[in-house]
Amino acid sequence: MQRHFDQELEDLRAQILRMGTLVEEQIKQSIQALVDRDVDLASRVIERDTLVNSLDVDIDENCIRLLALQAPAARDLRFVTTAMKISTELERMSDLAENICERVIELNEEPQLKPYIDIPRMANWTMQMVRECLDAFVRSDAVLARKVCADDDFVDNLTHQLFRELLSFMIENPATITRAIRLTFIGKYLERIADHATNVSELVIYMVEGKIVRHTIPPILSNRPS
Amino acid sequence: MTVSAQPCTTLKAEARNLSFFYGNTKALEHISLGLRDRCATALIGPSGCGKTTYLRCMNRMHDLYPGNRYEGELLLYPERINLVGQDIDPIEIRMRIGMVFQKPNPFPKSIYENVAYGLRIREAITRQNLDQAVERALRDAALWSEVKDRLHEQAFNLSGGQQQRLCIARALATGPEMLLFDEPTSALDPSATARIEELVTTLKQKVTIVIVTHNMQQAARVSDYTAFMYEGRLIECDRTEKIFTNPSNKLTEEYVTGRFG
Repeated sequence: MQRHFDQELEDLRAQILRMGTLVEEQIKQSIQALVDRDVDLASRVIERDTLVNSLDVDIDENCIRLLALQAPAARDLRFVTTAMKISTELERMSDLAENICERVIELNEEPQLKPYIDIPRMANWTMQMVRECLDAFVRSDAVLARKVCADDDFVDNLTHQLFRELLSFMIENPATITRAIRLTFIGKYLERIADHATNVSELVIYMVEGKIVRHTIPPILSNRPS
Repeated sequence: MTVSAQPCTTLKAEARNLSFFYGNTKALEHISLGLRDRCATALIGPSGCGKTTYLRCMNRMHDLYPGNRYEGELLLYPERINLVGQDIDPIEIRMRIGMVFQKPNPFPKSIYENVAYGLRIREAITRQNLDQAVERALRDAALWSEVKDRLHEQAFNLSGGQQQRLCIARALATGPEMLLFDEPTSALDPSATARIEELVTTLKQKVTIVIVTHNMQQAARVSDYTAFMYEGRLIECDRTEKIFTNPSNKLTEEYVTGRFG
């Protein structure tokens, strides 16, 4: 039986996807702004965060409406509650992209501390995790979701590596401390974005399998080349 | 009434390979289903799936029509009485297993007499004891405060929801161990429905409850266990929260999400 409700669920899926695409773009442009030292671009990313916020509210309202009016059960219920939580995770990711841009604007007041190689690399990994967690959601793919969870360790390692490098700058020359701390923050923000992508993936596993794996997945060291 | 230490841990009744025939038509096919003591179990499934037929086996309602036949066992614990056995007295069973129907069906008598009726045919009882038993049953059915000043009025003067609670009081009067509800709220408005649902939640602390309902949200709200039936077979029985969040069987999933049925 084709249900009218199916169309509403499809619309909700599209809404999440639209928000996800926008958030991916926010992250990408925040790193672009860092590398290109582009204050205008950074400001545009910061402005665009309000758009993400309003999508978050729209999705929330839509989910609450569906829960109240359709009283979904089983996989429909898991889908709606998951969508509601994913929208919160995406909104946080966008906030972090905004934070990156704030640091970019501050960093541009001084000369560049070092060539940006490892941060864009971290950002690529992080963006791939974001893209894949959304793919996993759209395709209800728990295998892909589990892969994203495993990749998080790799991003964590890159963050530590970045911190150690920046620490050496600070020890050698205290004049670099302000910039090094700001770059450390950016590393931390990316690491947090990857954590949110992991959270989304855990939600997807719940949606597909009905199992709550949050706080239970042991850290599996990724075997990717560093 | 036999009281075990913990509700919901032991079985109060259990169908073992129970089949039922209306003449030559097989309506239940090898049902094996345990009903937990002092728990509410909901039976759900599309029309004609056999849930009411199963419910009616429990207090031998089918015996009222010729040509009906049971196969297998339907055991009542702790004595392990086979409810569908030949040697069982249906009247005795109906004292222990009460039933409440879709439409309120009070007797054309006073409120008091409706509740007292079952007690009078059961045993010789003094007037004072009878009064006490009627009051207790009406209190347990959450109706006492509304009718205590007009016990001798006609039962038909009550509202639909009150009549249904009167039927519950009538069923409770004989001190049953189990209550069977066959779509008890389908003829009631939302507030009367809410009162019956509240009542079920209270009653299950004392009696085992089996409820047939087409209203899936009602099953979700009031029951501890839910059994899904389809075409005379039991498809899945599990904790209600499991059935409504993550059922094991594909067919159950399709049904609770409203994709068929």
